[in-house]
Formats: sequence, C-alpha cells, structure tokens
Amino acid sequence: MDRLRGCKEVEALIELQGIHKIYRMGAEEVHALRDVNLQIGENEFIAIVGPSGSGKSTMMNILGCLDSPTRGSYSLAGEEVSQLRDDQLADVRNRRIGFIFQSFNLLPRLTALQNVELPMVYAGVPAAERRRWAERALEQVGLKQRAHHRPNEMSGGQRQRVAIARAMVNNPAIMLADEPTGNLDTKTGEEIMALFHRLHREGKTIILVTHESEIAQQARRIVTFRDGKIVDDRINEVAS
Amino acid sequence: MIIMENFKMAMASLLSNKLRSILTMLGIIIGVGSVVAMISVGQGAQQSVTSRIGSLGSNLLYVNSGRANAAPGASQGARGAVSLITMKEYELLRQAKGEFIQEVVPEVGTQTTVQYGKQSTTTTITGTTADYSQLRNFKPAVGRFIDEQDVLEMSTVAVLGDTVAQDLFGDADPLGKKVRFGRENFTVVGVMEPKQSGPQDMGDQIFVPITTAQKRLTGSNNIKQIVISATSENAMDLAQAQVETILTRKLGSADKFTIRNQQDVINTVQGTTETMTMLLAGITGISLLVGGIGIMNIMLVSVTERTREIGIRKALGAKQNHILFQFLVESTTLSSVGGLIGVIAGIGISYLISRIGQWTTSVSLPAVLISFGFSTLVGVFFGLYPAKRAASLDPIEALRYE
Repeated sequence: MDRLRGCKEVEALIELQGIHKIYRMGAEEVHALRDVNLQIGENEFIAIVGPSGSGKSTMMNILGCLDSPTRGSYSLAGEEVSQLRDDQLADVRNRRIGFIFQSFNLLPRLTALQNVELPMVYAGVPAAERRRWAERALEQVGLKQRAHHRPNEMSGGQRQRVAIARAMVNNPAIMLADEPTGNLDTKTGEEIMALFHRLHREGKTIILVTHESEIAQQARRIVTFRDGKIVDDRINEVAS
Repeated sequence: MIIMENFKMAMASLLSNKLRSILTMLGIIIGVGSVVAMISVGQGAQQSVTSRIGSLGSNLLYVNSGRANAAPGASQGARGAVSLITMKEYELLRQAKGEFIQEVVPEVGTQTTVQYGKQSTTTTITGTTADYSQLRNFKPAVGRFIDEQDVLEMSTVAVLGDTVAQDLFGDADPLGKKVRFGRENFTVVGVMEPKQSGPQDMGDQIFVPITTAQKRLTGSNNIKQIVISATSENAMDLAQAQVETILTRKLGSADKFTIRNQQDVINTVQGTTETMTMLLAGITGISLLVGGIGIMNIMLVSVTERTREIGIRKALGAKQNHILFQFLVESTTLSSVGGLIGVIAGIGISYLISRIGQWTTSVSLPAVLISFGFSTLVGVFFGLYPAKRAASLDPIEALRYE
C-alpha cells in the first residue's frame, strides 16, 4: 500500500532542473518559465508566491503534472515525468498528487463520500474498499456525519475539507493547494490552514500556491516567482 | 468494473436531467416504435393475404394469352390483349389429363349490365364448365352449379354470386327467376356462397356455361384463361412443363401464352408487401438517424456544460478512455433506453391497431431485435464524436472553464 515512501531517501521528492515553459500565441512566444531549478524534499511545507503573470500558475500546472515543460527535467519521487504522454501523466496525478483548488471543484451531483471516492475509482480500487477509505478520509477532516450530503448542502469550509479528504485519499506524496483559502472567510480560512498544518505534522508534503502573504507566512519555506524565474527562496523563520 | 462505475455515473447524470433525457430519447422512441409497429402491420397483412390466396388451392396453374401483366384470377385479366387461346387448346389440354394434370377449366369473362324487373346492376359474366366449382373450391349455397349438360346444350342458365343476388333480388328467392343480359333471358339455377379472393369479391359475378357465353355474349371462340389443377403439389412442375409443351407445339411459340402458378402469385404478393415493409423500415430508419443526430447534439451540449467536471476528473487521474467511456456509456444508455421504450410502444401500437382497426398484425421478433440493436448502435456511433471531444480536452483549459 505504501508505494511512495522510503524507496529513494537520498533524492529529493521533487527535483526540477532547467525548466522552461514557452507558449506560442500566434507568431509570438511567451516565456512563462525561464530556467527554473527547484528541489522540494519530503514533508516540506512550502509556499509558492508571486504576482499574477509571474509564472506561479504555470509552475503549479507543471508540478501537478497537468502540463509538461517545454524543456528541462522534472523528477517526481525518482520518476522522470517531464516527457510523459497524457495518460501516463493522468496516472502520475492519480497516484502522487492531491489537488486542492480555490473553488473546491467538487462534482455537484455527487455526495461528499462519492467525491472522495473518485480518485480511487480511477485507481481501480474495488467499491467496498473505496468506501472504507473514503469514510476514513472524511473522518480525518471531521466530516464523517456529512458524508451523504451534496456540496450545495455544505458551507464553503466544509466543501474545502471534502476536497482535502479527496486529495489525500490515494495517499499521494504531494498535496498541491491553489489559493485554498481564497474563497473562504478569515475564520474558516484559518481552520483550513490548521488542517494543512496537521497534515504536515502527519508527514505530508504540502505545496501552497498563493498571493496572500498572510497565508504564505504560515509555510516553512517561501519561494517567490517573478517574470518566470525564482527570485527568492528562503526558510520562513516566523513559521519555524 | 470501470464500466459499471460509468454506467452508474451515466444513469445518475441522465436522471438528474430527466426532461432533457426524455426529449432526447423521443427521436429514438418514435423511430424504434414506428419500425416495430409498421413491420408488424406489414407482416400481418402479408400473412393474411398469403393465407387467403393459399386457401384458393396451392396446386393451380393459370394459363393466359400473351404476356399479360394482370394477376391471374383477376376478372379483367387479359383486357386489351388479343386472346389466342381457344376451345381447341382447351380440348388439347383436357385430353392431357392424367398423371400430372387433374382438371382443366376454361374461363371467359365479360362485363355487362344485368336486369331483373326494375333492378339492374353491372357485373362480370363468367363462362365456364362444371368443374369450375370444385377446382376453385367455390360452391353454390342454394340450388346447383352449371353442369355438363348445360355446357353441351348451351343452356341459358345462370348461377349468381351472392353479391349480385343481393343486388338484384334483395331478400327474395332468386331460384327459377329469369334475369336478363346480352339480349337473353337466363334462368337462375343457383346462388353461390360468399367468397373473397384476396382483395377481390368472388360474389360479384354470374356464372353461365362457357358455350353459351361464347355464342351469346363474347361472340368468339376465345378463352380468357384456363385454370389447371395438378394431381398434387409435387406434380406442379411436371404439369406446368406438360402444359407448356402442348401449348408451345400448338401455338408455335412460348411467347403467346403465360403460365402462372399459385406460388408465383403468393411470391408476387409477398414481394410487394416485402417491398412495402422495406420502404417503411427505410423511412423509420431515417427517423432513427435523426434521433441519433439529436443524441449527438445533446451530448455535445453536455460535454460543453461539463467541461469543468471533465477537468476535475482528469486532474484526479481520469485517463482519456475513462472520459471517453463515461460519455459513450451515457449516449448509449440514452439510445438503448429509448430503444427499449420504443419497442414497448411499438408492440402496444400494433396491439391497438389490431384491436381497433381490425387489422391483422404480427410483431416480428427480428424487427424488434434489429431495431433495438440499431438504436444501441446509433448511440455508440453518434456518441463517439462528443465523447472523443470530451476525452481529448486539455485538463488545464477544462479546469479554467466557467
């Protein structure tokens, strides 16, 4: 079951080398990322920050294996993923990455439980087992009693917790959160952040993409992007 | 396993949009329903016509002059054609009775007005011999049929069909009364039982001895048609060959006469109804196609509406085939559920037609299976393009879609 941990202790969990991402807009080439090098180790809590257009969204898409870099190498848990085809990337996403989005992105017609089961459906986990794992994940985020409610019957905070349960249910190496508190009020946002801290303490690697400095300040390491490059990469003393 | 998941998801998504699903299915429902209903009506008609023709006797041969196109047995058969067959040919064929040929019955016919007192009606006068009744399995209800004596003596006797008798006499007893046609008075000696031959009312004619008909009505020695019965159904081919040989030798060419047997007639009728059935199936096939286009349309809308859902599923690890199958299962479920409802509706309609319209209908299992199968295929075929489009969406674009 634990297919991710412990195999390559020496290497970093994520290793990016010379990553370029170039979009073609008609005749023009847009360099979204220019020669990015980044290493992220096991159990890090890292925030990626930067103004809009800085390349942090592109960075997130590449880290999340939603997109491939134009040039450069991306090694994820010892596996080179920069040149994989669509379906292979889907498999990597399924096994290694848990996404948490600003707008929760739950499927409205499915119950909380069914939403949490989805990644396991695509991993081919049998139904009975799926249900057990999904219930456990919901219990961990404190929503066991809401398992059979649909997203529109829940508050924003509850929805985001369902999304977190869904992100962690396949036991991925990385939890990749894109502005996870952006649609929540301050108090609920703090609750969600507290949940991330707990998951971090339990051994998860957490990558937050955000432009809110308050949120970024809670991470142990802050990487700042500007114009497609990393301009700052520092340990956040406040949080440590 | 993923198929079952997909099926559940498809059902959930169809049920969440009930009105739209039903409207989309309507094209398929109408298509399949009308295929099933139409074919069952067509088959029923074919069966009833075939059985009615079959009841006339399946071992009969019809000999007509020339290359007549009219179906044998139709009273106005060789209209316009110059009749080459005369009593001489009839005599030749009669002499050939034996191992293969059982009976030979000549028929002449003419259309005329018949009078009784102040009543008059226009009908067909059929001149024939005594054997006609037995050969055609058509018997008098009262009185007698023409006998051999009548033919020999050219008697002015007439046997009325039941329709003619009704027209002229109403409820009165016609036996022994005199009816007038062709400037002669004929004594009524019998009235036939009611009989229907295919679409034709056999009761709308008057029988007279063939000799009388030729002498007093048509004024020629010609014969419109000779009906020949074979000794058995197995002897049909040999009897036909024998007739052909005799007539070819006598008339000098096989082009001067036509021989048809009951099976040809049945085949012709079946051919006609089959053509009709194919035509109906074709038209309804087109409506299935239209239904399929409706499904494609709604699936394309559905893919667009659910772009974000597709993006989410892909982010969570759905491969192209997962998405492809999800939408394909959905379109196929739409079309096959529609097909199922259509089959039920079609059977219901054909039942109603047989109950209310008094038509014979016969639900054809192949038609049910083929139209249901076809409707399922329509779902696969027309679902493929939208499903492919869904499967090939870029997850980043899809997630960004509002």
